[in-house]
Amino acid sequence: MAIAQPTAVEAGQSSDRQIYFNQALNEALDEELARDERVFVLGEEIGVWGGAYKVTADLLDKYGPERIVDTPISEALIAGAAVGAAITGSRPVAEFMYQDFMGIAMDQIVNQAAKNRYMFGGKATLPIVYRASTGAGVGNAAQHTQSLEAWFTHVPGLKVVSPSNPYDAKGLLKSAIRDDNVVCFFEHKALYGSRGPVPTGEYLIPLGQAKVVRGGDAATIVTYSRQVNFALEAAEQLSGEGTEVEVIDLRTLYPLDVETVLASVRKTNRAMVVHEAVRFGGFGGEIAAQIGELAFDYLDAPVKRLGAKHSPVPFSETLEMGSFPSVADIAAGVRDLLRGV
Amino acid sequence: MSVDNADMLGITPSLRGRDRRALPGRDTVLGMYHRMMLIRRFEEVAEDMFRQARMRGALHFYIGEEASGVGVCAALRDSDFITSTHRGHGHCIAKGGHVDRMMAELFGRSTGYCGGKGGSMHIADLDIGILGANGIVGAGIPIAAGAGLGSKLRGEDAVTACFFGDGAGPTGAFHEGVNFAAVQKLPVIYVCENNQYGMATRADQANAGPSIAGRGDAYGIPGVVVDGQDVIAVYEAASEAVARARAGAGPTLIESFTYRYKGHTVHDMAGYRSREELDEWMQRDPIYRFRTELTDFAGIAAEELDAIDAEVEAEVEGAVEFAESSPFPDVTAIEEDVYAS
Repeated sequence: MAIAQPTAVEAGQSSDRQIYFNQALNEALDEELARDERVFVLGEEIGVWGGAYKVTADLLDKYGPERIVDTPISEALIAGAAVGAAITGSRPVAEFMYQDFMGIAMDQIVNQAAKNRYMFGGKATLPIVYRASTGAGVGNAAQHTQSLEAWFTHVPGLKVVSPSNPYDAKGLLKSAIRDDNVVCFFEHKALYGSRGPVPTGEYLIPLGQAKVVRGGDAATIVTYSRQVNFALEAAEQLSGEGTEVEVIDLRTLYPLDVETVLASVRKTNRAMVVHEAVRFGGFGGEIAAQIGELAFDYLDAPVKRLGAKHSPVPFSETLEMGSFPSVADIAAGVRDLLRGV
Repeated sequence: MSVDNADMLGITPSLRGRDRRALPGRDTVLGMYHRMMLIRRFEEVAEDMFRQARMRGALHFYIGEEASGVGVCAALRDSDFITSTHRGHGHCIAKGGHVDRMMAELFGRSTGYCGGKGGSMHIADLDIGILGANGIVGAGIPIAAGAGLGSKLRGEDAVTACFFGDGAGPTGAFHEGVNFAAVQKLPVIYVCENNQYGMATRADQANAGPSIAGRGDAYGIPGVVVDGQDVIAVYEAASEAVARARAGAGPTLIESFTYRYKGHTVHDMAGYRSREELDEWMQRDPIYRFRTELTDFAGIAAEELDAIDAEVEAEVEGAVEFAESSPFPDVTAIEEDVYAS
């Protein structure tokens, strides 16, 4: 996979300009750093290197080492320093090179960042964004590819965001930085080099709002992150077979916009949840359960779930690509859903 | 580390026979005495309340260590920060925390510091720089680095004092936090209160090397051993470290040799140590020593100190009355304060 190199945004570009996913994130950071001097960025190799996926490229030159803080390989420090800086009045954006590395920082994220406000009786405010690359499909093997979002959606006190395209990535990251809560912002690494339309002017996308990205009445696919693209491709194939499926991009996993999901299911009467994370115990179970609890009378079939097989992410391409849902798997899943199997 | 070993490390000898020394101003020493007595009586009464089953939960007593927290906090300004530990009552009182709201929190009442959501291990008072007690050993060390980073970034001259115990010495968080603070020359003072035991494990069985302060050499920062039973010695060491931090010269690692008279928690009868060892430490009781020094060498009348004792009794008694007459929080509060709106 080629990693896109962000380029300077040319003045006067039209609103239909196409930019890369990592470039959109870079713009979001740049704009928020310029807008609010309390905002700063910290993480491993985010300065001179510009971030493993170039999300922080050129920011060191623009904002200096005080606000673009290169840390040692110390994930607990990264997460904990964000807590200390936030609780005393700064607005840190902390980058974990890989979500897999957040295991080292889990105490600070789960026991400190997520809980401080509550434990202290609502008096602490921790405006923190924890960014991390996630996801498989690029040959990085088992310790650099996981989709662990369910670890974080399970913890009260955290918000969880996972965009699927450059436009959403930029608008959601800007909202996350302005949010007074701890936001875990998960970026699929296979998306960094993808392009999409991003207007030149400033805009925000509120956290907690799902988006219907394709209309249809035969079934509802609920998904997020890279699987949105796969679902749209599958929907296109199914359309050729005369089946129009609705595709919902959750964008934010917590708080969950269950209303948008339910409104769709009430219309289509069939739902399938798709994510790249391991199916067992995955976030899809929560969505399926909520549909079952809140829209049972509208369902013509059990809610179907697609997710990764029950294994660590394997390396070899045939194994890796077979381990999580593909476009063909999604299309087949919808056909099964329509047949009631 | 036994008392003999501590003496070998150059800790100041017991008061008896020592030359008269210069003391800080009268208001300062009386303030120190007041807070040391307040810590002791607050905890003695809290233990009594617990034994009478008038409160529940886990209590970790600081009794015997009063000189350590009070000596450090006397060197701080109100605008400075501290991070504390599970054994945090003493730090909170030393930094100026209100005993009525502390006691109410121990009683789980809505008027407590955390509205009953935190309890003994999570008291914070952000208005006076108390960034929270902490139930996770070592977790305050990266957080303090972050508080220092934030102060530096915001151009504020605040110093953060980070309290931790010998039990935190072996944690990864210690290395990640102290290393980063040293690399970045952050305005932090690290105060290891070596009270000789982490639960039942002797400090020297958990920490390699002759001392924790000695690790300062490895990070290129001063490592200072101080007699934690001597409030003036602690105050002087902390003052020097604070001045250094405020001047931008970076952190200091202070190891304060002290002793907890009680067990690890209110439930622990401390059968793993000898009565003789406890007696030996009690011979060097920090409050008794300081009181003797004030009356014998500083010209403070015993009656004046008696008056402070009486004031402390009234404060603690008032705190219990305040707590017990306060309502329990309503169950509707359970899901409040998880997120900032």
